[in-house]
Amino acid sequence: MSANTYDAIVIGSGISGGWAAKELTEKGLKTIMLERGRNIEHVKDYVNATKDPWQFEHRGGRTQEMIKDYPVLKRDYPLNETNLDYWASDKDSPYVEVKRFDWFRGYHVGGRSLTWGRQSYRWADFNFEENAKDGIAVDWPIRYKDLDPWYGYVEKFAGISGNKDGLPVLPDGDFMPPMEMNCVEKDVAGRFKDYYKQARSLIIGRTANITVPHYARTNCQYRNKCWLGCPFGAYFSTQSSTLPAAVATGNLTVRPWSIVTKILYDKDTKKAKGVEVLDAETNQTYEYFAKIVFVNASAFNSTWILMNSATDIWPDGLGSSGGELGHNVMDHHLGVGASGTVEGFEDRYYFGRRANGIYIPRYRNLGGDKREYLRGFGYQGSGSREGWSSGIAELGVGGAFKDAITEPGKWTMGIGGFGETLPYHENKITLDKTVKDKWGLPVLSFDAEIKDNEKKMRLDMENDAKEMLEAAGVKNVKTHSSNPFLGRGIHEMGTARMGRDPKTSVLNGWNQVWDAQNVFVTDGACMTSAACQNPSLTYMALTARAADHAVSELKKGNI
Amino acid sequence: MNRRDAIGRVALLMGGAVIGAEFFLSGCRPNGASNVEDLFKQANVDFLNEVAETILPATSSPGGKAAGVGQFMAVMVRDCYTPMDQKSFIEGISKLNYASQKKYNAKFMDITPAQRTELLIAADKEQKDYYKQLYKKIEADMAKHKGDIKYTEPDQPNHYFKMMKEMTLLGFFTSEVGATKALRYIETPGHYDGCMPYKKGDKAWADA
Repeated sequence: MSANTYDAIVIGSGISGGWAAKELTEKGLKTIMLERGRNIEHVKDYVNATKDPWQFEHRGGRTQEMIKDYPVLKRDYPLNETNLDYWASDKDSPYVEVKRFDWFRGYHVGGRSLTWGRQSYRWADFNFEENAKDGIAVDWPIRYKDLDPWYGYVEKFAGISGNKDGLPVLPDGDFMPPMEMNCVEKDVAGRFKDYYKQARSLIIGRTANITVPHYARTNCQYRNKCWLGCPFGAYFSTQSSTLPAAVATGNLTVRPWSIVTKILYDKDTKKAKGVEVLDAETNQTYEYFAKIVFVNASAFNSTWILMNSATDIWPDGLGSSGGELGHNVMDHHLGVGASGTVEGFEDRYYFGRRANGIYIPRYRNLGGDKREYLRGFGYQGSGSREGWSSGIAELGVGGAFKDAITEPGKWTMGIGGFGETLPYHENKITLDKTVKDKWGLPVLSFDAEIKDNEKKMRLDMENDAKEMLEAAGVKNVKTHSSNPFLGRGIHEMGTARMGRDPKTSVLNGWNQVWDAQNVFVTDGACMTSAACQNPSLTYMALTARAADHAVSELKKGNI
Repeated sequence: MNRRDAIGRVALLMGGAVIGAEFFLSGCRPNGASNVEDLFKQANVDFLNEVAETILPATSSPGGKAAGVGQFMAVMVRDCYTPMDQKSFIEGISKLNYASQKKYNAKFMDITPAQRTELLIAADKEQKDYYKQLYKKIEADMAKHKGDIKYTEPDQPNHYFKMMKEMTLLGFFTSEVGATKALRYIETPGHYDGCMPYKKGDKAWADA
């Protein structure tokens, strides 16, 4: 038994799991990080990161075979030739869709920290208060002031570049120097400010790409190939950041191919004593023991583990006593925006491929604005010059056509919305024991959709995008609105929410499972509401805060 | 239906006179394909290279042929296209030959570059019109099903020349020749300048 005994177990190695491992090992805890998929070693295993485009047989596209093999991933951009290995197999790990849910997963060391969008925004105080104010779901058990120092803590280590914009709706962080807007974005931002004054803002994106050297990491080289893995370690990932820090303590063990099937619950102590692991390669079962367990398997898989645990005591799983486990599925709804052309900058261009854009923080239902729906949305976007691909839709054959499309084309500016989804109790995931994955384990069934509030919001997302671009001088503005399905925001949240009352939530204000207080869930599952900011920075802050609390409680003998 | 009838019917469908059995049986002859593997026959790779070279000819920089776009198209059609689009693409080779035969009384490979250009300009216009009509139809269908988020338009085959043109541009500008000679390719830029001067004639940056 002793060989399998640690101080702490971390389930999952993505953004939040990496943080849990770093914090716990740095505080002296012997920790094992269990990852269900294969190992990916920093730089060495980024096999496509330094390839030229012509080295991809299909130039990055998707084959019919890939489309057949990935019935879910094919629904959006993630299915592609360049980083196929960074996405979970839909065949090996199926799930049931009572309603369509686009679930794009990364089952390997680093998880989706390798492929994430890197946009990093703090929440504001009102984001934590709105549930209570609106009478929606339950109140967050924490406020901005609880997370503020932890935001700063994780920003400093992760390396977030951004401008201190001084906006009440989007608190500034501990930033590295911001990336630069290009001249069209600057022009649009200027007109935007003239028109909207303080009511709305257009700022440079805040991103987890470092703009100055940081620890052993090289600053961003503007290749814009982040999702292949960065040979410079220029964006935050488990591999570039938290894993080396955790390894450096000498306290970390990483075990790939380890599917955690359940948390072992001890009825007498009312705590978890460890976890059961199914080796994904050998199908052998193992048990690992520890004083604390951090569950960071990605939102819905964290909930899957809880649902599959302690079923002899609670038939619906560990953490189900309040009746909320699996409920309140959230994501950000998107696919709505507008774009147009900008004139007057034909003698200007840019150098480098900036893996970042501009951001318009939320302004709806704030500062006296009142809409027919609750909450709001933000936009991400960018300005750029068209390239050769615009020639496909144009008439043209021959030398003059070729020479014309080898030059940069019109400047365009586009924005797309990220909308808040409310936590509806009836939006839920459940275990479907009639369907099994490759390892014979029951799978999740999804029954969630956007509702009237989100649908009304999407109309504003579309119309506002056009109005704002036109107000900022963009011409020929066209809107788009498509695929109103949950999941494709790849910002899964909820199903094990934090709260103030064990009767209506799964976790307390420190991310501890009410029913087993040495179990912490600090990934997207814990979210009580979704806000409209990209969520990963908040997971990092919640994880660092929870790890600090866990070790403090451990030392006090409370858990 | 015997073979002779079949040939007559195909000709009728294409709105033209019967040119001769030899041409319509081209699936087993040079410059014609009856399945995707046929696309890899040298004669067809050569044919597609000439299509690519006509769309993007050598100017001050090399053209589609130098970038090996013919072979690239065959790979893409084999691996990435739906059976419906494969069929449309393969038929496109015969259609181009047929149009060439009709207009110049010679196969596509035997006409002059200027004649090829003229032929492909006509094919380009045809594909543009095809999509105009198709989008009109889709818009009408979508209007009919407004509010039904589950409605998806049934798949329509892509026009062969749209595919040839798209694959030519993709294949060329992402090839080593296209990216480095026709465009400017920098694998690792190292820094960002959001407002550098640009003068007419400067090449665009290649994708990476």
